[in-house]
Amino acid sequence: MSAATAEAPILEARGLVKRFGGRRGLFESSPTVHAVNDVSLQIRRGETFAIVGESGCGKSTLGRLLLRLIEPSEGDVLYEGQSITSLPSRDMRRLRRDLQIIFQDPFASLNPRMTVGDIIAEPIRLHGLARGAAVRARVSELLGIVGLRPEYADRYPHEFSGGQRQRIGIARALAGEPKLIIGDEPVSALDVSIQAQVINLLEDLKERFGLTLVIVAHDLAVIRHMSDRVAVMYLGEIVEMSPVDPLYEKPLHPYTQALLRAIPAPDPKDRVAPQLLQGDVPNPTDLPTGCRFHTRCPHVQPRCAQEHPALEDAGGGRLVACHFWREIGEAEPGIGADDSADTALSRRLEVYRTFQARREAEPSTPDINQQGGQT
Amino acid sequence: MSVQAEAIAPRRKLGRSATKFLSNRSAVFGGVLVATFILLALFAPLLAGYDPFATSFTSIRKPPSAEFWLGTDELGRDIYTRMLYGARASLMAGVVSVAIAVAVGVPFGLLAGYYGGWVDATISRVTEALLAIPFLILAIALAAFLGPSLTNAMIAIGLSATPIFVRLTRGQTLAVKTEDYVEGARAIGLPNVLIIIRYIFPNVLPPIVVQATITIATAIIAEASLSFLGLGQQPPNPSWGSMLNTAKNFMTQAPWMSIFPGGAIFLVVLGFNLLGDGLRDALDPRDN
Repeated sequence: MSAATAEAPILEARGLVKRFGGRRGLFESSPTVHAVNDVSLQIRRGETFAIVGESGCGKSTLGRLLLRLIEPSEGDVLYEGQSITSLPSRDMRRLRRDLQIIFQDPFASLNPRMTVGDIIAEPIRLHGLARGAAVRARVSELLGIVGLRPEYADRYPHEFSGGQRQRIGIARALAGEPKLIIGDEPVSALDVSIQAQVINLLEDLKERFGLTLVIVAHDLAVIRHMSDRVAVMYLGEIVEMSPVDPLYEKPLHPYTQALLRAIPAPDPKDRVAPQLLQGDVPNPTDLPTGCRFHTRCPHVQPRCAQEHPALEDAGGGRLVACHFWREIGEAEPGIGADDSADTALSRRLEVYRTFQARREAEPSTPDINQQGGQT
Repeated sequence: MSVQAEAIAPRRKLGRSATKFLSNRSAVFGGVLVATFILLALFAPLLAGYDPFATSFTSIRKPPSAEFWLGTDELGRDIYTRMLYGARASLMAGVVSVAIAVAVGVPFGLLAGYYGGWVDATISRVTEALLAIPFLILAIALAAFLGPSLTNAMIAIGLSATPIFVRLTRGQTLAVKTEDYVEGARAIGLPNVLIIIRYIFPNVLPPIVVQATITIATAIIAEASLSFLGLGQQPPNPSWGSMLNTAKNFMTQAPWMSIFPGGAIFLVVLGFNLLGDGLRDALDPRDN
């Protein structure tokens, strides 16, 4: 069994359920929101695990449940094989050194009334990792690690850009020398050029300090670069869990397929018809019966509305929750083979070329007149 | 080169707020006004030309002159002298009663807002019950219960003003509590008490400072009312409020009796308000 111990997950969720609301009082009653429904997953030591899904699918809630920043309604979270949901608050606070979080909005995640130095020094002082002058030295070191100048320690958060603030947030997360960091959409609030920098930084830090990363995101393009495994969430449930490359090459669940189609392609030739999902995400206070995706699924069958599909092993370390994933996989060999997209593209290109030709014919006419007056 | 050096030079927290405060002209004006009144009150015995209690039947209701700078009252007492001594009572009443209100109200507001649940329910219901009673009526009732004296009047005014601070602090705490940085503080394992002190309190402070300066003004007026009813400053000890209330009987015959104490109340209230606004801006590190 020694092999099993070596493979033991660093963090594990067992049947996590989180419901919000549902309070019934004399004057108020609020509907129950099913944010996370029976989620189980295992995060391996040293991997980058991504949780993706639309807004409101419960992915951020799941991230917070894993850190016990909110209490689960049911289920358990195990860190290093030990349950953390029932730990007394004193022990939990000590354990928080190992488990850190990076927030989505760098403008809200730093206390505006503390200097950057104090913000980063807080975990160091709290956990007694250094004293006196050593604290400041450590703060300077951490600022250097995330690519900021040590002089910045005396400044306030509002003096920095979003990317710099996110680096400060990362420095603070690193200050307690954690083993696992959860990034709650760590780059979605940043400019695209800054996103790449922060992603590279996170990857460097992961290598350097042997971290385990859990990245919560709604952007599959960002995830592909950095993750080892991906869990796709829909309405509080994991519908597909897979190593990253097979997932992108051949998504099994119809919802994953729809998500991947929504990634914008930089080259027009690679574009496919988006085949957007119908309708909105159902109200999480009033969940659909059977498969939760059946109201929007293009492959829906009568069985889907009746029976709730469980996550089943699809081989190669992949799990999928769909009754018909085999049939769907055969019917649709891959994303990209769609002729209608090509017709649309060539038509658009033709229009563009005519326009170009016309412009060249009358080079003196300003653009505005062309658009407004001619046709 | 020098610009660069300045940009990265460490800027201390206190120095920065002070610089910002000093560059705000109206705030400095308010501060000077308040400081002037405090100095006048402190050095009243040195500045006054007369005994504040000495009556003189030969100089009843004299208009301002070289002899009596601000005139005399209906018992021939020098108004300038009485105003200097009265400033002590009025400023004390304003500052001490608000200090009581802040010291009691803010912690309860923080507890109610941060912990929620039954803590919040208990504190909020008591606060609402107190808020249902008009401010002055409550102060009068408390002062009457405690017995007439300036100290008791200050306690009564302070307790009457407490619910305002509980409510304000609770509301601000509810807003700040949901910020990511508070969740971040929990994520690093900070105990609740330290989260309240280091994360919540500094971020709810600015509106409290502003409310406090406004309430000082209200408290000075409330002290005047209590003194008029015989529940505050006891005669013959002067306070601006009691002077003003006596003066209203002589509004046409001796207008100086009301103009100067009234003007003093106006100026000190204005001073505290400007000071409060300036402090709020100076304490906020966000806008430069």
